[in-house]
Amino acid sequence: MNFWQKLLAVDRRVIFALVAVAVIIPFFLSFPIKITVSPPVQAVYDYIEKLPPGSLVMISCDYDPPSAPELQPMTETMLKHFFLKDLKVIILGLWPQGSVQANIALEVVMRDPILKAKNLKYGVDYVNLGFTAGNEFVIIRMGTDIHAAFPVDFNGTKIAELPLMQNVRNFDNIAFVFNVSAGYPGTYEWVIFGVDRYRFKLGAGNTAVQAPLVSPYVQSGQLIGLLGGMRGGAEYEEVSHYFGKATGFMRSQTFSHAVVIFFIIVGNLAYFMTRGKRT
Amino acid sequence: MDANSFFNIGNLIAGILTIGIVSFLYKDNPLYKFCEALFVGISAGYWFVTIIFTVILPKLYDKLISQEYVYLVGGAFGVLMLLRLVPKISWLSNWALAFVVGSTAGVNLIGYLQSNGMNQVKNTILPLWTGAWGSSIGNLIIVVGTFCGLVYFFFSKEHKGVFGGLAKTGILFLMVTFGAAFGYTVMSRMSLLIGRMDFVFGTWMGLIR
Repeated sequence: MNFWQKLLAVDRRVIFALVAVAVIIPFFLSFPIKITVSPPVQAVYDYIEKLPPGSLVMISCDYDPPSAPELQPMTETMLKHFFLKDLKVIILGLWPQGSVQANIALEVVMRDPILKAKNLKYGVDYVNLGFTAGNEFVIIRMGTDIHAAFPVDFNGTKIAELPLMQNVRNFDNIAFVFNVSAGYPGTYEWVIFGVDRYRFKLGAGNTAVQAPLVSPYVQSGQLIGLLGGMRGGAEYEEVSHYFGKATGFMRSQTFSHAVVIFFIIVGNLAYFMTRGKRT
Repeated sequence: MDANSFFNIGNLIAGILTIGIVSFLYKDNPLYKFCEALFVGISAGYWFVTIIFTVILPKLYDKLISQEYVYLVGGAFGVLMLLRLVPKISWLSNWALAFVVGSTAGVNLIGYLQSNGMNQVKNTILPLWTGAWGSSIGNLIIVVGTFCGLVYFFFSKEHKGVFGGLAKTGILFLMVTFGAAFGYTVMSRMSLLIGRMDFVFGTWMGLIR
């Protein structure tokens, strides 16, 4: 067995171990990492920056804990950006755990000294409408009457009693919607049953698996911009200068990708070097 | 290591279960089997409770209590769906299924046709010269890629000559698309691993500052 044949026969557990090392070691290192901001991420940031203070924005957290490593940093950074811009925020989830994830993000974001000083009040500056079953039909219902789609908020309070919601009827009252999505229902449904029906402005943050599938909506203008996976989250942290976990995680991401790329190259080389020689 | 976070009951359970699941990468073992079974069981239980509290109670029971009897129609369809479990009258569930399929198809047909069909077609009709090299090349790639990709999926004519060349170019574009999707998938899976390792070494063991 020659060198290349030995390489092809390497135990997959060796590769797992190397990937694990590449992921774990960077946690204990602190080296600068250059993150270039892509146009779709910049577009989301620019749009939010242009919104006048007091504008109503909505964030729909359509994901659950398994996707949190990719999407939670996005939710945190986006909420922070909204609050620092003095925007009024409506939070909801088309996934049962989505609005819970939003509450976890709120807890983290509210620890920021600047936001603490703003003394943001629930019901006045932000609300969490919670989850309601119905997938895309919830979006359609919200297009005509948000109060009908979400009669009560996350805590069971009637939303008609919340000052922030009293003058909100449908998407006409909302300046910008941001969807953080890990699958169905998610960005597809927000575009198809929301944007193309009710003509509001939508930005999205997706898991990396979904990102290439929804990116045609950016080119077509159906999405203002897109944050793709952990990298998209890190880019948003870079452009907004609100550094959270995504930027730190990109160190591990970079190292682990280097290992994967190395093994793809070596595996292909070994395959071509041993082609016709294998029994 | 931070003993407080390590022995915190929630962290301890999550940490042990994480190690149990990851241990499958070495080889199948009883701890992994236990964690897998636990996950499946808890997921089923969670969804059962979620559906009761987010669908059956607020969208049926509460409505009936407030005398909105039109919701009985939905409730009746729900019961019909459950009749699938009774072999002799399982055919009745087809009515409920027909309603779901029909209404979903009706809602989706127009939406998908407009958003994924018409809008996407409209946005591939692009000027090949915009006055700037960068955007012109971008537009050219979109137009050529879409055209050749469609040619590849045209099977009524043999892929030979110029037509075959266009189809091969289409394959190239498809390969690039698959490559990009694979790259993004790797990034996504790595992100999940990073999240778990961050929990194990950070939240649980308190080793990351």
